[in-house]
Amino acid sequence: MSSNMVAILYLISALLFIFALRGLSHPESSRMGNIFGIIGMIIAVFTTLMFKSVLSYYEIGAAILIGGAIGSFIALRIEMTALPQLVAAFHSLVGLAAVFVAAAAFYDPVAFSIGKVGSIKTASLVEMSIGTFIGAITFSGSVLAFGKLQGTISGKPIVFKFQHLINALIFLLIIFLIILFVINQSPTIFWTIVIVSILLGFLVVIPIGGADMPVVVSMLNSYSGWAACGIGFTLSNNLLIITGALVGASGAILSYIMSKGMNRSIINVVLGGFGGEQDTSASKDNSDKIVKQGNAEDAAYIMKNADSVIIVPGYGMAVAQAQHALREMGDILKKEGIEVRYAIHPVAGRMPGHMNVLLAEANVPYEEVLELDEINHDFPMTEVSFVIGANDVTNPAAKTDEASPIFGMPILDVEKSQSVLFVKRSMATGYSGVDNELFYRDNTTMLFGDAKKMCEDIVKSLSA
Amino acid sequence: MEAHSSEVFVIGLTVFFLACIIGYYVVWSVTPALHSPLMGVTNAISSVIIVGAILAAGPQGFDTSKIFGLIGVVLASVNIFGGFLVTYRMLSMFKKKTKKTKEKE
Repeated sequence: MSSNMVAILYLISALLFIFALRGLSHPESSRMGNIFGIIGMIIAVFTTLMFKSVLSYYEIGAAILIGGAIGSFIALRIEMTALPQLVAAFHSLVGLAAVFVAAAAFYDPVAFSIGKVGSIKTASLVEMSIGTFIGAITFSGSVLAFGKLQGTISGKPIVFKFQHLINALIFLLIIFLIILFVINQSPTIFWTIVIVSILLGFLVVIPIGGADMPVVVSMLNSYSGWAACGIGFTLSNNLLIITGALVGASGAILSYIMSKGMNRSIINVVLGGFGGEQDTSASKDNSDKIVKQGNAEDAAYIMKNADSVIIVPGYGMAVAQAQHALREMGDILKKEGIEVRYAIHPVAGRMPGHMNVLLAEANVPYEEVLELDEINHDFPMTEVSFVIGANDVTNPAAKTDEASPIFGMPILDVEKSQSVLFVKRSMATGYSGVDNELFYRDNTTMLFGDAKKMCEDIVKSLSA
Repeated sequence: MEAHSSEVFVIGLTVFFLACIIGYYVVWSVTPALHSPLMGVTNAISSVIIVGAILAAGPQGFDTSKIFGLIGVVLASVNIFGGFLVTYRMLSMFKKKTKKTKEKE
């Protein structure tokens, strides 16, 4: 195949990837988009297999089958509530693959026509080491993020003295190693870069707490793209450069949207430490305030007599796997002629769009699921807000209390509805460690218990 | 030769910046409800890095570079299959209000 033909096929594949992302602008076109992506990938793989230098079809075929089988098995078995972990795990593989491709290019530069062993082109060496660096960070950062999301490692931020200084020094060390590597092309230095970058990846994610994970997962998504870009430059491969840039941009935008949803800068999230024990000022004198408690029957009664209900789900719903029971509750209310809608805060859950997927899994039609901007002005006209597993994203202190750590964060105005039902396991504070004054309001009824059990009980009372 | 390789780099850079701009606009047009599938798809397509791994694994015989290449192919394949499949699963759950669900009500 001529190099022009290859370039054209790669271009087609890159265009298909762009269409794949474009398709996601609407649920209707999204499935077609995914198919475009698959076709693009098939074209890319087969085009590369047609290269004259590529001869070991059996080995490559076997490798694809092994990887494909593992990937398919995991993707088909995974619970939708475990999606954030899965995505983090997948990111780590992209990072690791980038490291291996860079290593392969370093050990056999002839196969990639970037020079000979010991005399690889300078530009290629720089690109290669940058790709390796980003790939290794993506790998270890994602492994740690996976551990935190899966619960194998505590989700609490781990902060220690001089943390940022140490990270900065390690970063400088890596730059120094890259310069050294470009000069003497030593394998020892190559692997030192890999190891030190892996260390840095761990250190970068360690101070970031559980609920900041949406930002971290998006950021790692972005990194995996930049790693692909780095490899693309090394191999002078436009397809890799384009795809890497698309993925990099996507992750960066998601990180931006997520940090904006918390009214914090990306820098602030990355520096981490948020949601630790430090904050007690806000929960000082609430012991004398009265909390109105209710049970499932009260909740059923209140909702049955309403015209409109807005359901606000949060991470707690995912943990309790309550989405199906919740949808059942919504269905009964709808049958009673009550308008039921769902309000999703941008940072609800542990990854961007997490709540939407869970509700979709429970067969909630997507027209009933609305974003913060779309539904927030409807709360004053709503009779009942049903908050399930969410806390900080409904806290009015974000609007009024300048001393609060969550001040300025956009929140769902549930307090403006006539009454608020708050499903919660206990009176514990949310992730931010801030008490929620909503609990003590006259129009709030607290429903203590497991989210799923509570929904099931409400369903029973409603149908009784 | 030097002039040629710097030319290649500049072309790469041009492609890179244009792709970033396309990515910027395309991603902003993605509806927030589909941000999880977006991560699934980007995850799958970033594994196009498999192209580099195949080139490394291509030559006959066995050496260090080929082993690295094959490992790269396995890792990227896990992602490609896993990424597209899990996205497919997510997307097939996003349903409109249909007559069927209304009948159920």
